[in-house]
Amino acid sequence: MQSIIANDLGTPERKSGKSISLEVNGVQVTVPEGSSVMYAANVAGMKVPKLCATDNLEPFGSCRLCLVEIDGRRGYPASCTTPAEAGMKIRTESPKLADLRRGVMELYISDHPLDCLTCPANGHCELQDMAGVVGLREVRYGYDGKNHLHEQKDESNPYFTFDPSKCIVCSRCVRACEEVQGTFALTIDGRGFNSHISPGQMQPFIDSECVSCGACVQACPTSTLMEKSIYEMGQPDRTVTTTCAYCGVGCSFIAEIKGNSVVRMVPNKNGMANHGHSCVKGRFAFGYTTHPDRILKPMVRQSIDDRWKEVSWEEAIAHTASEFKRIQQKYGRSSVGAITSSRCTNEETFLVQKMVRAAFGNNNVDTCARVCHSPTGYGLKTTLGTSAGTQAFDSVMDADVIFIIGANPTDAHPVFASQMKRRLREGATLIVADPRAIDLIRTPPHIEASHHLQLRPGTNVALINGIAHVIVTEGLANDAYANERCEPQEYQTWKDFVSQPKYSPEAVEKITGVPADTIRGAARLYAKGPNSAIYYGLGVTEHSQGSTMVIGMANLSMATGNMGREGVGVNPLRGQNNVQGACDMGSFPHELSGYRHISDAKTRELFEKEWGVKLDAEPGLRIPNMFDAALDGSYKGMYIQGEDFVQSDPNTQHIEAALRNMECIVVQDLFLNETAKFAHVFLPGSTFLEKDGTYTNAERRIQLIRKAIPPVAGKADWEITMDLSNALGYPMQYDHPSQIMDEIARLTPTFAGVSFEKLDKLGSVQWPCNDSAPEGTPTMHIGKFVRGKGHFVLTEYVATDERTSSRFPLILTTGRILSQYNVGAQTRRTENVMWHEEDILEIHPHDAEHRGVIDGAWVSVASRAGEIVLRARVSERIQPGVVYTTFHHPDTGTNVITTENSDWATNCPEYKVTAVEVTPVSKLSVWQEHYREFTDQQEALLPGKMGS
Amino acid sequence: MDIHHLVEMANNIGAFFAAEPDKAKGAQGVASHIKSFWEPRMRREILSYVDEKSGEGLSELVLSALRTHRKELTP
Repeated sequence: MQSIIANDLGTPERKSGKSISLEVNGVQVTVPEGSSVMYAANVAGMKVPKLCATDNLEPFGSCRLCLVEIDGRRGYPASCTTPAEAGMKIRTESPKLADLRRGVMELYISDHPLDCLTCPANGHCELQDMAGVVGLREVRYGYDGKNHLHEQKDESNPYFTFDPSKCIVCSRCVRACEEVQGTFALTIDGRGFNSHISPGQMQPFIDSECVSCGACVQACPTSTLMEKSIYEMGQPDRTVTTTCAYCGVGCSFIAEIKGNSVVRMVPNKNGMANHGHSCVKGRFAFGYTTHPDRILKPMVRQSIDDRWKEVSWEEAIAHTASEFKRIQQKYGRSSVGAITSSRCTNEETFLVQKMVRAAFGNNNVDTCARVCHSPTGYGLKTTLGTSAGTQAFDSVMDADVIFIIGANPTDAHPVFASQMKRRLREGATLIVADPRAIDLIRTPPHIEASHHLQLRPGTNVALINGIAHVIVTEGLANDAYANERCEPQEYQTWKDFVSQPKYSPEAVEKITGVPADTIRGAARLYAKGPNSAIYYGLGVTEHSQGSTMVIGMANLSMATGNMGREGVGVNPLRGQNNVQGACDMGSFPHELSGYRHISDAKTRELFEKEWGVKLDAEPGLRIPNMFDAALDGSYKGMYIQGEDFVQSDPNTQHIEAALRNMECIVVQDLFLNETAKFAHVFLPGSTFLEKDGTYTNAERRIQLIRKAIPPVAGKADWEITMDLSNALGYPMQYDHPSQIMDEIARLTPTFAGVSFEKLDKLGSVQWPCNDSAPEGTPTMHIGKFVRGKGHFVLTEYVATDERTSSRFPLILTTGRILSQYNVGAQTRRTENVMWHEEDILEIHPHDAEHRGVIDGAWVSVASRAGEIVLRARVSERIQPGVVYTTFHHPDTGTNVITTENSDWATNCPEYKVTAVEVTPVSKLSVWQEHYREFTDQQEALLPGKMGS
Repeated sequence: MDIHHLVEMANNIGAFFAAEPDKAKGAQGVASHIKSFWEPRMRREILSYVDEKSGEGLSELVLSALRTHRKELTP
């Protein structure tokens, strides 16, 4: 069922530089060339009856309901599949057409249960609507003939029901799965009367290739595919357009609500990042927002061994402010700090960093981008002049060569992956560099990478230098572009650098394990383009040379002229919804909003004038530095907004020791997360449904989130920060987040033209948005780079300090899967656990056999930092010598074994390379035993729980 | 702060700037990076370490950077 506010034009809007004019029912209408007659009729305000057509799918022409008459043509063509032509005269209504349509509807209804009053789609069923539109008054065939009315429902999917008795076999679900999602999980099995929808090979939905994106459910014109939430709650009665709070794609959604309960989330067809598509997380996994685990009252305690005490907001805020003041008085101004969250809004992160700089009087503020994309910020700013990706997502539709490095889009950025797959089906070629065989390497029936560079973890920089070597030494570089757009002397120095024999494909093969010929093939393909685009993820950044690799990719892109137009560029796929925004907002300890260094006197002066306070000119502590400073006793208090670094950051035991050495840890979150177990104050946060604000996605697109329901715990997160700042003695007074955005715009040149009013009007804008680009900037670096001339930097490959040995002979690399999100705090509290209820270790058959590991067995994974136990999956997805797991479940404790090795420039942890050994075991690790005990103890200390 | 960790971090920075053919420029790069991104207590401790332990374990480039650019690195 489409959104209750959907306006369906029947067939997709065509992009064409040429318009044509025609006449529909005597009304003149002008549409882009290539539009269908149905589209033209809809634009003219003439609704043509339809069932198999919908405007996010290519026309199919099967239902025979949208017939029209065209002057000068014989018969009654289907308007959905008939292209509009200049000068056409079309009639959408006539006695003959009405007769034909009624005949079609009679056939449909003769095999359809007449249970409209008890049907979940009642009132929003397109079949019901069409019966009314065509004036169906009788069914001459009766209802006793052969029919499908007793087909069994498939309820295997946790989020939607498939009721074949209501299916009209319009193929919209099948086509949505193919065209929108690109999974091809559905088909029409059988012929004629026996035609029916089949997931996979006649399997239940849950056992098929279905990824639960919801595209089929949205496409279904009846209640055949229907959200279970509508069965349970009834239909929504109001809508709020908002933005998903999961990954960095930033899908726009229509929250459909009844009272103060969200019934369902429907992807917004007008969303510029998702164009009406969604994934299983954004579409369905919002149940955490009402999960009973949510903590709804502020709590305080003196020590982490004490029972939590529920207090009023006033008491909690006053206590927190008093503790921070006491700590600063005792240990100094720099002994406290804060961490902002990429889960929170731009306005909220801006306020936290403002509070740190203005109320704490230091720059000890950092954000979780530290542990994911901080190297992106450093690398792209160094080479290009700004810390952001270069393109809009739509740019991929102009790419000829797509080069994915260290990213797994179908799992981590599924909606963009679907767009990417569309482009690949159109003929673009694909190169993938990844130690693991991600789904995009080969996804039948249409996706197959031309090259899979299956490199050893930790050797990215050698690989990119090897590719550059081939391009430069074979004369494939775009010298004219690079010499004009970049510093020519630096470009020549770089060419000399990568041309050295040590970066020849043969030499690089020895380092990376990637065959020299594969490196050559990939390099030639990328250089040939003509439009080659790099998309990358944490497999690039989370390395000791994360920043070097980002620089290396930017170098390659500049050298081949793949910058400054559609279809090219260097594009980070951001993990969380607002990683880009949190970084833009000055969350880093060395930068104010807009990536301006804190030491810059002119910038400081601007902020000092606006904020009425003197700012510290020295950079503050980064997250890993905060833990080190906590251990040495110089960092004692921390305000953490929406972060759970005990689970997400490396070397858990090191972090736990640091936190135990602190005196006031304040956690503002939805749940008692792993970090909150070490906290002294808990401030209940709000979900994305409960507040206004903006998120900025991976393509720099700023979008509104709108309050759909009131904050369950009473306050939006920005209000809590404001209260705390006021209690600390630095006054803040905002009535609405739009006022915070106005302040951001006043202080941040790239946001100068941004306002809630503009976002409301345009739907979204991509920064820079200012006088030069009042409606934003989809593609950056057109004509010249933000820094002026592109800056080539030498990228020497330096092997990581994390080496394998006889004791730790395997390399562990970590990643994410589709159904779970990051530390899983949200998705573990939804039905998504059905797909991933525990973290699993993937191990190659050779390594498994050598160690006596069988599929499904418990194994110990030990590193220099610690040991965990989890189940093994023997798989050829991973190469010999490498093992892989996720970190979605806290009781696994994946980050107990990751190390403190980090990127040289930004301290982003090297999650992707940990030397380990794997052995079969039969019991949990010592840390895991301790974790269970500690968790039980902490949960018993919650109000209302029986404590020891 | 754990001085061994600071030494390791400084050497990692040095390893990147070692690619710069002009060693003085490389040392300047190391110093600028530390100045831009290290909080004052970290800079104080690494400079003290250079004084007290002659920078044992620091790479030649890093040591040169810390000594040459000491004034600008001192908080």
